Amino acid sequence: MPILVIAEHDHASVKPATLNTVTAALAIGGDVHVLVAGANAAEAGAAAAQIAGVAKVIVADGASLTEGLAENVAAQVLAIASNYSHILFPSTAAGKNVAPRVAAKLDVAQISDITKVDSPDTFERPIYAGNAIATVQSSDAIKVITVRTTGFDAAASSGGSATIENADAVADSGKSSFVGREVTKSDRPELTAAKIIVSGGRALGSAEKFTEVMTPLADKLNAGLGASRAAVDAGYAPNDWQVGQTGKIVAPQLYIAAGISGAIQHLAGMKDSKVIVAINKDEEAPIFSVADYGLVADLFVAVPELVEKL
Amino acid sequence: MKVLVPVKRVVDYNVKVRVKSDGSGVDVANVKHSMNPFDEIAVEEAVRLKEKGVVTEIIAISCGETKCQETLRTALAIGADRAILVETSEELQPLAVAKLLKALIDKEQPQLVILGKQAIDDDANQTGQMLAALADLPQGTFASKVEVSGDKVNVTREVDGGLETVSLTLPAIVTTDLRLNEPRYVTLPNIMKAKKKTLDVVKPEDLGVDVKPRLKTLKVAEPPKRGAGVKVADVAALVDKLKNEAKVI
Repeated sequence: MPILVIAEHDHASVKPATLNTVTAALAIGGDVHVLVAGANAAEAGAAAAQIAGVAKVIVADGASLTEGLAENVAAQVLAIASNYSHILFPSTAAGKNVAPRVAAKLDVAQISDITKVDSPDTFERPIYAGNAIATVQSSDAIKVITVRTTGFDAAASSGGSATIENADAVADSGKSSFVGREVTKSDRPELTAAKIIVSGGRALGSAEKFTEVMTPLADKLNAGLGASRAAVDAGYAPNDWQVGQTGKIVAPQLYIAAGISGAIQHLAGMKDSKVIVAINKDEEAPIFSVADYGLVADLFVAVPELVEKL
Repeated sequence: MKVLVPVKRVVDYNVKVRVKSDGSGVDVANVKHSMNPFDEIAVEEAVRLKEKGVVTEIIAISCGETKCQETLRTALAIGADRAILVETSEELQPLAVAKLLKALIDKEQPQLVILGKQAIDDDANQTGQMLAALADLPQGTFASKVEVSGDKVNVTREVDGGLETVSLTLPAIVTTDLRLNEPRYVTLPNIMKAKKKTLDVVKPEDLGVDVKPRLKTLKVAEPPKRGAGVKVADVAALVDKLKNEAKVI
């Protein structure tokens, strides 16, 4: 039976997390189909059809799917779920919101946040903030899975030529409605897709200092901006910048941590980065145990100097 | 209105767990356990709703071994009115917990269930959504703000790239994110009072729920270790390493 990937999209284009999820589906083996559940989403459907390795794209298009409400998207997935052996969601806020609803309705366990496919029924996933890796086997008929995007390379976004099929959108559940959205406006790369991330911690001391010190470095490197939980809790950085066990899981080519001590919950979110740089005054800080390059220095001196010398 | 608050007993936030040498799991014997931090936020939110006069009764629920009674006593000390332990020594996975909670929804008929978005042990992030699906209720996950008005609850959710607000018709399920509130410290008088509150114990069989695990854990291993890095002397040396050794800029 084929494998279904639920696309992460904004109706006009497909988000990068979809590409990593397709790679996980291809690793399981079998035909890969992609569901684009949206409104006026033909463009996103066409983009999904270009993804290398995808055989078929199903575009479910209708008003009930405009805002990605979990109740409606889950119903849309359930309408076709029985055709598939595996249903994969990217482990994004949207994927995590919907996947368990689908699993529960199918009366199957969900395998969350897989980082490796061992076989079509056996997967690896981190537990305890990544301090242990569990290998789990599912005997359920349909495997509902969320895919940790940093665990899989992105499939090529072009070169594919999937067929496109249209499906009717489900009726609105009538139990939930969309009120509004406050999107953090930013010209920077999204954290989960950024090649370079610069991240600041509590040592920055204030929101003003955070901006004053970290922004020039991010600008210079065209990097995404991240933060430790301590910095977010203190109000120095917005919530969705938080990198860690319960925030964003990232794995950029370069991660620069300034003034971050390195609690295990933070390390859980960034330790798969290719190269890690830590700048911290305290040479005993745990962040140095995962850093490829450690600089024991006052970040207020070192970061501006770094901007100048890069 | 009545609120259910499910709470989980987990290895404490500050404990760095060790993988057992035989690969069968992590060593949780003799380490400190606490209430899952997200569930503590859930209890706090329920208590604040009660203090605002929106909620009349808070029922804390935990599923698991006898020791979960300690976690329930903590919930009672924060301000829950009574507690139910669904007692079993079976390993409980999210689907089983969701089924147990669904059975308790049927029995207690709450207007709201508030629970943590994920437990910090299995990091599954499933139970709330599964419960919503089984009970056919709307869900507001990863909440940073909860406002009840009339027969609706508005939930502001932390999503990728910002915040989103949904309006749910009650009864509804809400899962908490970190910034919803800061749980209060439990005071000694409240701990004493909590000891006198009702704590009922039921078994999964009493609720007609099969809790057998669906996923089999074949092994648990240490994550791959990162090789030890180097300390660089100054910013110039760092720039040189990044450019010429790591070649990432």
